[in-house]
Amino acid sequence: MSIDEKTVRKVAKLARLALPEERVAPMAAELNGIMAWIEQLNEVDVEGVEPMTSAVEGLALPMRDDVVTDGGDSQRVLANAPKAEDGFFVVPKVVE
Amino acid sequence: MTDLTTLTLAQALDGMEKKQFSSAEITNAFLGAIEKANPHLNAYVVVTAEKARAQAAQSDKRRAAGQAGPLEGAPLGIKDLFCTEGVRTTACSNILGEFKPTYESTVSANLFRDGAVMLGKLNMDEFAMGSSNETSAFGNVVNPWRRGNEDTKLTPGGSSGGSAASVAADLCLGATATDTGGSIRQPAAFTGTVGIKPTYGRCSRWGIVAFASSLDQAGPIAKTVEDSAMLLQSMAGHDPRDSTSLPNALPDFRAACQRSIKGMTIGVPEEYRVDGMPQEIEDLWRQGIAWAKDAGATIKPISLKHTKYALPAYYIVAPAEASSNLARYDGMRYGARVTGKDLVGSYEQTRAKGFGAEVQRRILIGTYVLSAGYYDAYYLRAQKVRQRIAQDFRDAFAEVDAILTPATPSSAFGLGEKSGDPVAMYLNDIFTVTANLAGLPALALPAATDSQGLPLGLQVIGKALDEESVFAVSAALEKAAGFKAKAAKWWV
Repeated sequence: MSIDEKTVRKVAKLARLALPEERVAPMAAELNGIMAWIEQLNEVDVEGVEPMTSAVEGLALPMRDDVVTDGGDSQRVLANAPKAEDGFFVVPKVVE
Repeated sequence: MTDLTTLTLAQALDGMEKKQFSSAEITNAFLGAIEKANPHLNAYVVVTAEKARAQAAQSDKRRAAGQAGPLEGAPLGIKDLFCTEGVRTTACSNILGEFKPTYESTVSANLFRDGAVMLGKLNMDEFAMGSSNETSAFGNVVNPWRRGNEDTKLTPGGSSGGSAASVAADLCLGATATDTGGSIRQPAAFTGTVGIKPTYGRCSRWGIVAFASSLDQAGPIAKTVEDSAMLLQSMAGHDPRDSTSLPNALPDFRAACQRSIKGMTIGVPEEYRVDGMPQEIEDLWRQGIAWAKDAGATIKPISLKHTKYALPAYYIVAPAEASSNLARYDGMRYGARVTGKDLVGSYEQTRAKGFGAEVQRRILIGTYVLSAGYYDAYYLRAQKVRQRIAQDFRDAFAEVDAILTPATPSSAFGLGEKSGDPVAMYLNDIFTVTANLAGLPALALPAATDSQGLPLGLQVIGKALDEESVFAVSAALEKAAGFKAKAAKWWV
Protein backbone atom coordinates (compact mmCIF):
# COMPACT_ATOMS: atom_id res chain seq x y z
CA MET A 1 0.00 0.00 0.00
CA SER A 2 1.73 3.13 -1.08
CA ILE A 3 0.89 6.53 0.33
CA ASP A 4 0.15 9.09 -2.39
CA GLU A 5 0.18 12.85 -2.02
CA LYS A 6 -3.59 12.97 -1.66
CA THR A 7 -3.37 10.63 1.34
CA VAL A 8 -0.59 12.73 2.90
CA ARG A 9 -2.78 15.84 2.64
CA LYS A 10 -5.75 13.97 4.11
CA VAL A 11 -3.74 12.54 7.01
CA ALA A 12 -2.13 15.92 7.73
CA LYS A 13 -5.61 17.43 7.85
CA LEU A 14 -6.80 14.73 10.25
CA ALA A 15 -3.74 15.32 12.43
CA ARG A 16 -4.22 19.11 12.30
CA LEU A 17 -0.74 19.69 10.96
CA ALA A 18 -0.29 22.43 8.39
CA LEU A 19 1.92 20.89 5.72
CA PRO A 20 3.36 23.38 3.21
CA GLU A 21 2.71 22.23 -0.36
CA GLU A 22 6.44 21.76 -1.05
CA ARG A 23 6.67 19.33 1.86
CA VAL A 24 3.89 17.04 0.61
CA ALA A 25 5.90 15.06 -1.95
CA PRO A 26 8.98 14.61 0.26
CA MET A 27 6.76 13.60 3.19
CA ALA A 28 5.02 11.01 0.98
CA ALA A 29 8.44 9.60 0.09
CA GLU A 30 9.55 9.51 3.74
CA LEU A 31 6.38 7.84 4.91
CA ASN A 32 6.52 5.31 2.09
CA GLY A 33 10.08 4.44 3.04
CA ILE A 34 8.98 3.72 6.60
CA MET A 35 5.77 1.93 5.63
CA ALA A 36 7.60 -0.27 3.09
CA TRP A 37 9.86 -1.44 5.91
CA ILE A 38 6.84 -2.04 8.15
CA GLU A 39 5.20 -4.21 5.47
CA GLN A 40 7.34 -7.16 6.61
CA LEU A 41 4.78 -7.64 9.40
CA ASN A 42 2.65 -9.33 6.75
CA GLU A 43 5.04 -12.31 6.90
CA VAL A 44 3.93 -13.13 10.45
CA ASP A 45 1.23 -15.72 10.93
CA VAL A 46 -1.23 -14.05 13.29
CA GLU A 47 -4.09 -16.48 12.72
CA GLY A 48 -6.01 -16.90 15.97
CA VAL A 49 -3.67 -14.59 17.96
CA GLU A 50 -5.31 -12.27 20.47
CA PRO A 51 -4.16 -8.67 19.99
CA MET A 52 -2.05 -7.49 22.92
CA THR A 53 -3.75 -4.46 24.39
CA SER A 54 -1.89 -4.19 27.68
CA ALA A 55 1.77 -4.52 28.61
CA VAL A 56 0.82 -6.14 31.90
CA GLU A 57 -0.92 -9.47 32.08
CA GLY A 58 -3.76 -10.06 34.43
CA LEU A 59 -4.01 -6.56 35.84
CA ALA A 60 -7.62 -5.45 35.93
CA LEU A 61 -8.21 -1.75 35.50
CA PRO A 62 -8.53 -0.43 39.03
CA MET A 63 -11.69 1.43 39.97
CA ARG A 64 -11.95 4.13 42.57
CA ASP A 65 -14.93 5.60 44.35
CA ASP A 66 -16.77 8.11 42.24
CA VAL A 67 -16.06 11.08 44.45
CA VAL A 68 -14.46 14.45 43.89
CA THR A 69 -10.78 14.27 44.83
CA ASP A 70 -9.60 17.71 43.78
CA GLY A 71 -10.81 20.96 42.35
CA GLY A 72 -10.87 24.70 42.94
CA ASP A 73 -7.59 24.95 41.07
CA SER A 74 -8.49 27.35 38.29
CA GLN A 75 -5.46 29.57 38.91
CA ARG A 76 -3.12 26.60 38.59
CA VAL A 77 -4.98 25.28 35.57
CA LEU A 78 -4.70 28.65 33.84
CA ALA A 79 -1.12 29.30 34.91
CA ASN A 80 0.31 28.25 31.55
CA ALA A 81 -2.48 29.48 29.28
CA PRO A 82 -1.28 31.43 26.22
CA LYS A 83 -4.26 33.73 26.87
CA ALA A 84 -6.56 33.87 29.90
CA GLU A 85 -9.05 36.35 31.26
CA ASP A 86 -11.31 36.40 34.32
CA GLY A 87 -10.61 32.77 35.14
CA PHE A 88 -11.23 31.53 31.59
CA PHE A 89 -9.11 30.42 28.64
CA VAL A 90 -9.30 32.85 25.75
CA VAL A 91 -9.44 31.01 22.42
CA PRO A 92 -10.04 32.01 18.81
CA LYS A 93 -13.66 32.34 17.75
CA VAL A 94 -15.24 28.88 17.47
CA VAL A 95 -18.69 29.73 16.09
CA GLU A 96 -19.11 32.27 13.29
CA MET B 1 40.04 16.28 48.82
CA THR B 2 38.98 13.93 46.02
CA ASP B 3 36.80 15.33 43.27
CA LEU B 4 33.34 14.69 44.72
CA THR B 5 31.75 14.53 41.28
CA THR B 6 33.59 11.31 40.43
CA LEU B 7 32.01 9.37 43.30
CA THR B 8 29.33 6.78 42.75
CA LEU B 9 25.95 7.39 44.37
CA ALA B 10 26.66 4.73 47.01
CA GLN B 11 30.06 6.29 47.80
CA ALA B 12 28.62 9.80 47.97
CA LEU B 13 25.84 8.77 50.35
CA ASP B 14 28.40 6.98 52.47
CA GLY B 15 30.66 10.05 52.51
CA MET B 16 27.81 12.30 53.64
CA GLU B 17 26.77 9.79 56.27
CA LYS B 18 30.35 9.80 57.60
CA LYS B 19 30.34 13.63 57.56
CA GLN B 20 33.28 13.74 55.14
CA PHE B 21 31.37 16.34 53.14
CA SER B 22 27.92 17.87 53.05
CA SER B 23 25.22 17.87 50.43
CA ALA B 24 25.90 21.59 49.98
CA GLU B 25 29.53 20.79 49.12
CA ILE B 26 28.85 18.03 46.62
CA THR B 27 25.98 20.01 45.10
CA ASN B 28 28.32 22.97 44.56
CA ALA B 29 30.93 20.66 43.06
CA PHE B 30 28.38 19.44 40.51
CA LEU B 31 27.12 22.95 39.73
CA GLY B 32 30.72 23.97 39.07
CA ALA B 33 31.31 20.97 36.84
CA ILE B 34 28.09 21.68 34.90
CA GLU B 35 29.12 25.29 34.34
CA LYS B 36 32.36 24.13 32.74
CA ALA B 37 31.02 21.19 30.76
CA ASN B 38 27.57 22.22 29.64
CA PRO B 39 28.63 24.72 26.94
CA HIS B 40 30.42 21.77 25.30
CA LEU B 41 28.06 18.87 26.01
CA ASN B 42 24.64 20.58 26.14
CA ALA B 43 23.40 17.91 28.55
CA TYR B 44 21.30 20.27 30.70
CA VAL B 45 18.60 22.47 29.18
CA VAL B 46 17.83 24.09 32.53
CA VAL B 47 20.22 24.34 35.49
CA THR B 48 18.33 24.93 38.74
CA ALA B 49 21.31 26.10 40.78
CA GLU B 50 19.27 28.07 43.29
CA LYS B 51 16.78 25.28 43.89
CA ALA B 52 19.64 22.78 44.18
CA ARG B 53 21.44 24.86 46.81
CA ALA B 54 18.22 25.33 48.76
CA GLN B 55 17.41 21.62 48.62
CA ALA B 56 20.98 20.75 49.66
CA ALA B 57 20.80 23.08 52.65
CA GLN B 58 17.48 21.52 53.70
CA SER B 59 18.97 18.08 53.21
CA ASP B 60 21.97 18.84 55.38
CA LYS B 61 19.60 19.97 58.11
CA ARG B 62 17.58 16.77 57.85
CA ARG B 63 20.73 14.66 58.03
CA ALA B 64 21.96 16.61 61.06
CA ALA B 65 18.58 16.00 62.69
CA GLY B 66 18.94 12.26 62.12
CA GLN B 67 16.19 12.23 59.48
CA ALA B 68 18.25 11.20 56.47
CA GLY B 69 16.28 9.57 53.64
CA PRO B 70 17.68 6.80 51.44
CA LEU B 71 19.00 9.34 48.87
CA GLU B 72 19.65 12.14 51.33
CA GLY B 73 21.56 14.99 49.74
CA ALA B 74 22.30 13.20 46.46
CA PRO B 75 22.40 15.63 43.50
CA LEU B 76 20.55 14.19 40.50
CA GLY B 77 19.56 15.30 37.01
CA ILE B 78 15.95 15.04 35.85
CA LYS B 79 15.07 14.29 32.24
CA ASP B 80 12.99 17.08 30.74
CA LEU B 81 10.11 14.64 30.17
CA PHE B 82 9.31 14.71 33.91
CA CYS B 83 7.09 17.55 35.07
CA THR B 84 8.84 19.50 37.81
CA GLU B 85 6.87 22.02 39.78
CA GLY B 86 7.76 25.59 38.88
CA VAL B 87 10.66 24.49 36.66
CA ARG B 88 10.32 24.71 32.88
CA THR B 89 9.37 21.36 31.38
CA THR B 90 9.11 21.11 27.62
CA ALA B 91 9.96 17.52 26.59
CA CYS B 92 12.52 19.47 24.54
CA SER B 93 9.77 20.56 22.15
CA ASN B 94 8.96 24.08 21.02
CA ILE B 95 5.26 23.33 21.30
CA LEU B 96 5.42 23.47 25.09
CA GLY B 97 6.99 26.92 24.96
CA GLU B 98 7.89 28.02 28.48
CA PHE B 99 5.55 25.53 30.17
CA LYS B 100 6.05 25.48 33.93
CA PRO B 101 4.12 22.66 35.58
CA THR B 102 2.16 23.50 38.70
CA TYR B 103 2.70 19.94 39.92
CA GLU B 104 5.50 17.41 40.37
CA SER B 105 5.71 14.03 38.59
CA THR B 106 5.35 11.08 40.93
CA VAL B 107 8.81 9.77 40.10
CA SER B 108 10.62 13.04 40.81
CA ALA B 109 8.45 13.59 43.89
CA ASN B 110 9.49 10.14 45.14
CA LEU B 111 13.16 11.07 44.70
CA PHE B 112 12.72 14.33 46.61
CA ARG B 113 10.77 12.48 49.32
CA ASP B 114 13.89 10.35 49.76
CA GLY B 115 16.16 13.38 50.05
CA ALA B 116 17.46 13.88 46.51
CA VAL B 117 18.60 17.27 45.21
CA MET B 118 17.73 18.40 41.67
CA LEU B 119 20.53 19.98 39.63
CA GLY B 120 18.44 20.69 36.55
CA LYS B 121 16.54 19.36 33.58
CA LEU B 122 18.25 17.12 31.07
CA ASN B 123 18.22 17.33 27.30
CA MET B 124 16.50 14.64 25.25
CA ASP B 125 15.02 13.93 21.86
CA GLU B 126 11.79 15.87 21.32
CA PHE B 127 8.98 13.99 23.10
CA ALA B 128 11.51 11.13 23.53
CA MET B 129 11.27 10.39 19.81
CA GLY B 130 14.76 9.66 18.59
CA SER B 131 17.86 7.60 19.16
CA SER B 132 20.57 10.25 18.90
CA ASN B 133 19.29 13.33 20.77
CA GLU B 134 19.32 15.19 17.47
CA THR B 135 15.58 15.90 17.48
CA SER B 136 15.76 18.10 20.61
CA ALA B 137 14.50 21.65 20.18
CA PHE B 138 17.53 22.72 22.26
CA GLY B 139 20.13 21.15 19.98
CA ASN B 140 21.88 17.83 20.31
CA VAL B 141 23.83 16.58 23.29
CA VAL B 142 27.48 15.72 22.67
CA ASN B 143 28.76 12.40 23.98
CA PRO B 144 31.64 12.94 26.42
CA TRP B 145 33.29 9.89 24.82
CA ARG B 146 35.43 10.34 21.72
CA ARG B 147 36.95 7.94 19.21
CA GLY B 148 40.59 7.72 20.31
CA ASN B 149 42.11 11.15 19.85
CA GLU B 150 39.63 12.31 17.22
CA ASP B 151 37.47 15.30 17.97
CA THR B 152 34.50 14.08 15.89
CA LYS B 153 31.35 14.78 17.89
CA LEU B 154 29.48 11.60 18.73
CA THR B 155 25.90 11.09 19.79
CA PRO B 156 25.25 10.02 23.38
CA GLY B 157 22.26 8.08 21.99
CA GLY B 158 18.68 8.88 22.69
CA SER B 159 16.19 9.71 23.71
CA SER B 160 17.72 10.05 27.21
CA GLY B 161 20.96 11.47 25.81
CA GLY B 162 21.25 14.27 28.36
CA SER B 163 20.73 11.80 31.20
CA ALA B 164 23.40 9.43 29.89
CA ALA B 165 25.92 12.14 28.99
CA SER B 166 25.53 13.91 32.35
CA VAL B 167 26.14 10.69 34.28
CA ALA B 168 29.11 9.74 32.07
CA ALA B 169 30.64 13.21 32.41
CA ASP B 170 30.19 13.37 36.21
CA LEU B 171 27.60 16.14 36.00
CA CYS B 172 25.26 14.36 38.46
CA LEU B 173 25.33 11.24 40.62
CA GLY B 174 22.51 9.70 38.64
CA ALA B 175 19.63 10.75 36.44
CA THR B 176 16.04 9.94 35.69
CA ALA B 177 15.30 8.71 32.20
CA THR B 178 12.49 7.07 30.27
CA ASP B 179 12.41 4.19 27.85
CA THR B 180 9.74 3.59 25.20
CA GLY B 181 11.81 1.53 22.76
CA GLY B 182 15.32 1.68 24.23
CA SER B 183 15.68 5.29 25.32
CA ILE B 184 17.36 4.38 28.62
CA ARG B 185 19.42 1.40 27.53
CA GLN B 186 20.82 2.57 24.18
CA PRO B 187 22.19 5.88 25.58
CA ALA B 188 23.56 4.00 28.61
CA ALA B 189 25.38 1.63 26.26
CA PHE B 190 26.73 4.55 24.19
CA THR B 191 28.15 6.34 27.24
CA GLY B 192 29.51 3.55 29.44
CA THR B 193 26.75 3.97 32.03
CA VAL B 194 24.12 1.66 33.53
CA GLY B 195 20.46 2.04 32.69
CA ILE B 196 17.45 -0.03 33.65
CA LYS B 197 13.93 0.01 32.30
CA PRO B 198 11.87 -1.79 34.95
CA THR B 199 8.76 -3.89 34.38
CA TYR B 200 6.00 -1.83 32.78
CA GLY B 201 4.00 -0.33 35.63
CA ARG B 202 6.76 -0.29 38.28
CA CYS B 203 7.21 3.47 37.96
CA SER B 204 4.21 5.74 37.83
CA ARG B 205 3.75 7.58 34.55
CA TRP B 206 1.87 10.37 36.33
CA GLY B 207 3.45 13.70 35.44
CA ILE B 208 5.66 12.25 32.72
CA VAL B 209 4.92 13.78 29.33
CA ALA B 210 3.25 10.93 27.43
CA PHE B 211 4.71 9.49 24.22
CA ALA B 212 3.36 5.93 23.79
CA SER B 213 1.45 5.04 26.92
CA SER B 214 1.54 1.24 26.64
CA LEU B 215 5.33 1.31 26.24
CA ASP B 216 6.61 4.33 28.23
CA GLN B 217 8.41 3.46 31.44
CA ALA B 218 10.71 5.49 33.66
CA GLY B 219 14.00 4.24 35.06
CA PRO B 220 17.39 5.54 36.17
CA ILE B 221 20.73 5.99 34.45
CA ALA B 222 23.59 5.60 36.92
CA LYS B 223 27.29 4.88 37.26
CA THR B 224 26.96 1.35 38.64
CA VAL B 225 24.41 -1.44 38.82
CA GLU B 226 24.07 -0.89 42.56
CA ASP B 227 23.46 2.84 42.07
CA SER B 228 20.75 2.07 39.52
CA ALA B 229 19.11 -0.31 41.99
CA MET B 230 19.09 2.37 44.70
CA LEU B 231 17.60 4.98 42.38
CA LEU B 232 14.93 2.61 41.07
CA GLN B 233 13.99 1.75 44.64
CA SER B 234 13.02 5.37 45.20
CA MET B 235 11.51 6.04 41.78
CA ALA B 236 9.24 2.98 41.70
CA GLY B 237 6.14 2.14 43.71
CA HIS B 238 2.39 2.07 43.36
CA ASP B 239 0.60 5.28 42.48
CA PRO B 240 -3.20 5.42 42.36
CA ARG B 241 -2.96 8.33 39.92
CA ASP B 242 -1.66 6.01 37.17
CA SER B 243 -4.15 3.23 36.43
CA THR B 244 -1.36 1.06 34.97
CA SER B 245 0.85 1.44 38.05
CA LEU B 246 1.49 -1.95 39.62
CA PRO B 247 0.20 -2.50 43.17
CA ASN B 248 2.93 -5.10 43.88
CA ALA B 249 5.29 -4.52 46.79
CA LEU B 250 8.83 -3.48 45.87
CA PRO B 251 11.57 -5.97 46.63
CA ASP B 252 14.94 -4.76 47.95
CA PHE B 253 16.70 -4.07 44.65
CA ARG B 254 20.05 -3.18 46.19
CA ALA B 255 20.15 -6.46 48.11
CA ALA B 256 19.48 -8.31 44.85
CA CYS B 257 22.78 -6.96 43.48
CA GLN B 258 24.60 -9.08 46.07
CA ARG B 259 22.79 -12.27 45.15
CA SER B 260 24.83 -15.11 43.68
CA ILE B 261 23.87 -16.25 40.20
CA LYS B 262 25.10 -19.75 40.86
CA GLY B 263 22.53 -22.23 39.61
CA MET B 264 20.64 -19.65 37.53
CA THR B 265 19.87 -20.43 33.91
CA ILE B 266 20.61 -17.68 31.42
CA GLY B 267 19.15 -17.77 27.94
CA VAL B 268 21.02 -16.66 24.83
CA PRO B 269 18.76 -15.90 21.87
CA GLU B 270 20.12 -16.85 18.46
CA GLU B 271 17.96 -14.17 16.80
CA TYR B 272 20.00 -11.34 18.36
CA ARG B 273 22.86 -12.13 15.99
CA VAL B 274 22.06 -9.61 13.25
CA ASP B 275 23.60 -8.87 9.87
CA GLY B 276 26.30 -6.26 9.91
CA MET B 277 26.83 -6.41 13.66
CA PRO B 278 30.49 -5.65 14.40
CA GLN B 279 32.64 -8.63 15.41
CA GLU B 280 33.54 -6.76 18.61
CA ILE B 281 29.93 -6.88 19.78
CA GLU B 282 29.69 -10.55 18.92
CA ASP B 283 32.92 -11.10 20.90
CA LEU B 284 31.64 -9.09 23.86
CA TRP B 285 28.46 -11.14 23.92
CA ARG B 286 30.51 -14.35 23.91
CA GLN B 287 32.64 -12.88 26.71
CA GLY B 288 29.51 -12.05 28.71
CA ILE B 289 28.33 -15.64 28.33
CA ALA B 290 31.70 -16.86 29.61
CA TRP B 291 31.53 -14.50 32.62
CA ALA B 292 28.05 -15.74 33.50
CA LYS B 293 29.28 -19.34 33.25
CA ASP B 294 32.27 -18.57 35.47
CA ALA B 295 29.91 -17.12 38.07
CA GLY B 296 28.08 -20.43 38.17
CA ALA B 297 25.17 -19.86 35.79
CA THR B 298 24.04 -22.37 33.20
CA ILE B 299 23.77 -21.08 29.66
CA LYS B 300 20.94 -22.20 27.45
CA PRO B 301 20.37 -21.33 23.80
CA ILE B 302 16.84 -20.06 23.30
CA SER B 303 14.76 -18.87 20.39
CA LEU B 304 12.84 -15.60 20.29
CA LYS B 305 11.77 -16.09 16.75
CA HIS B 306 9.69 -12.97 16.19
CA THR B 307 12.53 -10.64 17.21
CA LYS B 308 12.99 -9.17 13.72
CA TYR B 309 9.35 -8.06 13.68
CA ALA B 310 9.60 -6.14 16.94
CA LEU B 311 10.80 -2.85 15.45
CA PRO B 312 8.26 -2.72 12.60
CA ALA B 313 5.49 -3.57 15.11
CA TYR B 314 6.81 -0.85 17.40
CA TYR B 315 6.68 1.68 14.56
CA ILE B 316 2.95 1.05 14.27
CA VAL B 317 2.09 0.89 17.97
CA ALA B 318 4.25 3.78 19.18
CA PRO B 319 3.28 6.33 16.50
CA ALA B 320 -0.39 5.33 16.83
CA GLU B 321 -0.33 6.00 20.56
CA ALA B 322 1.79 9.12 20.06
CA SER B 323 -0.59 10.61 17.51
CA SER B 324 -3.37 10.18 20.02
CA ASN B 325 -1.35 11.47 23.02
CA LEU B 326 0.00 14.47 21.14
CA ALA B 327 -3.47 15.52 19.98
CA ARG B 328 -3.68 17.52 23.23
CA TYR B 329 -1.14 20.08 21.97
CA ASP B 330 -3.49 22.53 20.35
CA GLY B 331 -2.05 25.78 21.69
CA MET B 332 -5.21 26.63 23.60
CA ARG B 333 -4.51 25.71 27.22
CA TYR B 334 -0.74 25.74 27.48
CA GLY B 335 2.33 25.97 25.32
CA ALA B 336 3.04 28.22 22.38
CA ARG B 337 0.06 29.30 20.25
CA VAL B 338 0.32 30.39 16.63
CA THR B 339 -2.81 32.19 15.48
CA GLY B 340 -4.16 31.09 12.09
CA LYS B 341 -7.05 32.29 9.97
CA ASP B 342 -9.62 30.42 12.07
CA LEU B 343 -9.70 27.92 14.94
CA VAL B 344 -8.63 24.92 12.85
CA GLY B 345 -6.01 27.10 11.18
CA SER B 346 -4.67 28.01 14.62
CA TYR B 347 -4.42 24.34 15.53
CA GLU B 348 -2.68 23.50 12.29
CA GLN B 349 -0.20 26.37 12.47
CA THR B 350 0.50 25.83 16.16
CA ARG B 351 1.28 22.17 15.59
CA ALA B 352 3.25 22.71 12.38
CA LYS B 353 5.40 25.30 14.07
CA GLY B 354 5.70 23.60 17.45
CA PHE B 355 6.52 20.03 16.47
CA GLY B 356 9.84 19.09 14.89
CA ALA B 357 10.24 16.97 11.76
CA GLU B 358 10.54 13.55 13.43
CA VAL B 359 7.57 14.18 15.70
CA GLN B 360 5.47 15.30 12.73
CA ARG B 361 6.51 12.20 10.81
CA ARG B 362 5.41 9.95 13.66
CA ILE B 363 2.12 11.80 14.16
CA LEU B 364 1.37 11.33 10.46
CA ILE B 365 2.24 7.62 10.54
CA GLY B 366 0.13 7.16 13.65
CA THR B 367 -2.79 9.03 12.18
CA TYR B 368 -2.49 7.04 8.96
CA VAL B 369 -2.40 3.58 10.59
CA LEU B 370 -5.38 4.46 12.76
CA SER B 371 -7.39 6.05 9.97
CA ALA B 372 -10.53 4.46 8.57
CA GLY B 373 -9.82 1.38 6.49
CA TYR B 374 -6.28 0.81 7.71
CA TYR B 375 -6.83 -0.03 11.36
CA ASP B 376 -7.04 -3.81 10.88
CA ALA B 377 -4.22 -3.96 8.37
CA TYR B 378 -1.78 -2.09 10.58
CA TYR B 379 -2.67 -1.42 14.19
CA LEU B 380 -4.54 -4.65 14.89
CA ARG B 381 -1.93 -6.73 13.09
CA ALA B 382 0.87 -4.99 15.03
CA GLN B 383 -0.86 -5.78 18.31
CA LYS B 384 -1.08 -9.43 17.29
CA VAL B 385 2.60 -9.46 16.38
CA ARG B 386 3.26 -7.85 19.75
CA GLN B 387 1.45 -10.77 21.35
CA ARG B 388 3.68 -13.18 19.39
CA ILE B 389 6.77 -11.39 20.71
CA ALA B 390 5.47 -11.49 24.28
CA GLN B 391 4.64 -15.20 23.84
CA ASP B 392 8.21 -15.92 22.66
CA PHE B 393 9.41 -14.43 25.96
CA ARG B 394 6.86 -16.34 28.03
CA ASP B 395 8.00 -19.58 26.40
CA ALA B 396 11.66 -18.72 26.96
CA PHE B 397 11.13 -17.75 30.60
CA ALA B 398 9.57 -21.14 31.25
CA GLU B 399 13.13 -22.44 30.87
CA VAL B 400 15.46 -19.60 31.85
CA ASP B 401 15.77 -17.03 34.64
CA ALA B 402 17.22 -14.20 32.57
CA ILE B 403 18.29 -13.47 29.02
CA LEU B 404 21.65 -12.04 27.95
CA THR B 405 22.06 -10.05 24.73
CA PRO B 406 24.14 -7.17 23.39
CA ALA B 407 22.57 -3.79 24.22
CA THR B 408 23.04 -2.14 20.84
CA PRO B 409 24.15 -3.21 17.36
CA SER B 410 26.98 -0.63 17.34
CA SER B 411 28.93 1.77 19.53
CA ALA B 412 28.14 5.51 19.54
CA PHE B 413 28.03 6.98 16.03
CA GLY B 414 28.84 10.47 14.81
CA LEU B 415 26.25 13.22 15.05
CA GLY B 416 24.54 13.60 11.68
CA GLU B 417 25.64 10.17 10.45
CA LYS B 418 22.18 8.65 10.56
CA SER B 419 19.85 11.61 10.77
CA GLY B 420 18.96 11.49 7.05
CA ASP B 421 17.57 7.97 7.16
CA PRO B 422 14.74 7.31 9.63
CA VAL B 423 14.83 3.52 9.25
CA ALA B 424 18.61 3.34 9.82
CA MET B 425 18.09 5.40 12.97
CA TYR B 426 15.23 3.16 14.14
CA LEU B 427 17.45 0.06 13.85
CA ASN B 428 19.49 1.31 16.84
CA ASP B 429 16.76 -0.07 19.07
CA ILE B 430 16.67 -3.53 17.55
CA PHE B 431 17.85 -5.27 20.75
CA THR B 432 16.02 -3.08 23.24
CA VAL B 433 12.54 -2.64 21.78
CA THR B 434 11.40 -6.22 22.43
CA ALA B 435 11.42 -5.66 26.21
CA ASN B 436 9.15 -2.62 25.80
CA LEU B 437 6.65 -4.52 23.66
CA ALA B 438 6.58 -7.38 26.18
CA GLY B 439 6.64 -5.04 29.23
CA LEU B 440 9.74 -6.73 30.69
CA PRO B 441 12.54 -5.33 32.86
CA ALA B 442 15.87 -4.93 31.05
CA LEU B 443 19.20 -3.39 32.04
CA ALA B 444 22.15 -2.23 29.96
CA LEU B 445 25.60 -2.20 31.51
CA PRO B 446 29.01 -1.27 30.11
CA ALA B 447 31.26 -4.26 29.62
CA ALA B 448 34.12 -3.33 27.29
CA THR B 449 35.47 -0.71 24.92
CA ASP B 450 35.80 -1.25 21.18
CA SER B 451 38.93 -0.67 19.09
CA GLN B 452 38.09 3.05 18.94
CA GLY B 453 37.95 3.24 22.71
CA LEU B 454 34.15 3.58 22.84
CA PRO B 455 32.03 1.73 25.39
CA LEU B 456 29.94 -1.29 24.45
CA GLY B 457 27.09 -2.62 26.53
CA LEU B 458 25.43 -5.89 27.39
CA GLN B 459 21.72 -6.23 28.13
CA VAL B 460 20.06 -8.45 30.71
CA ILE B 461 16.31 -9.05 30.28
CA GLY B 462 14.20 -10.53 33.07
CA LYS B 463 10.71 -11.88 33.68
CA ALA B 464 7.97 -9.42 34.45
CA LEU B 465 8.39 -8.20 38.06
CA ASP B 466 11.72 -9.98 38.43
CA GLU B 467 14.11 -7.01 38.46
CA GLU B 468 15.94 -8.85 41.23
CA SER B 469 17.31 -11.47 38.83
CA VAL B 470 18.20 -8.70 36.39
CA PHE B 471 20.18 -6.90 39.09
CA ALA B 472 21.84 -10.11 40.29
CA VAL B 473 23.03 -11.11 36.81
CA SER B 474 24.02 -7.55 35.90
CA ALA B 475 26.02 -7.09 39.10
CA ALA B 476 27.83 -10.39 38.49
CA LEU B 477 28.68 -9.34 34.93
CA GLU B 478 29.75 -5.88 36.10
CA LYS B 479 32.10 -7.45 38.60
CA ALA B 480 33.56 -9.83 36.01
CA ALA B 481 33.92 -7.10 33.38
CA GLY B 482 35.65 -4.68 35.73
CA PHE B 483 34.81 -1.84 33.36
CA LYS B 484 36.70 1.18 34.68
CA ALA B 485 37.16 3.31 31.56
CA LYS B 486 35.92 6.91 31.72
CA ALA B 487 35.56 9.57 29.06
CA ALA B 488 38.51 11.98 29.14
CA LYS B 489 37.32 15.40 30.28
CA TRP B 490 38.41 17.26 27.13
CA TRP B 491 36.10 20.18 27.97
CA VAL B 492 37.92 21.16 31.15
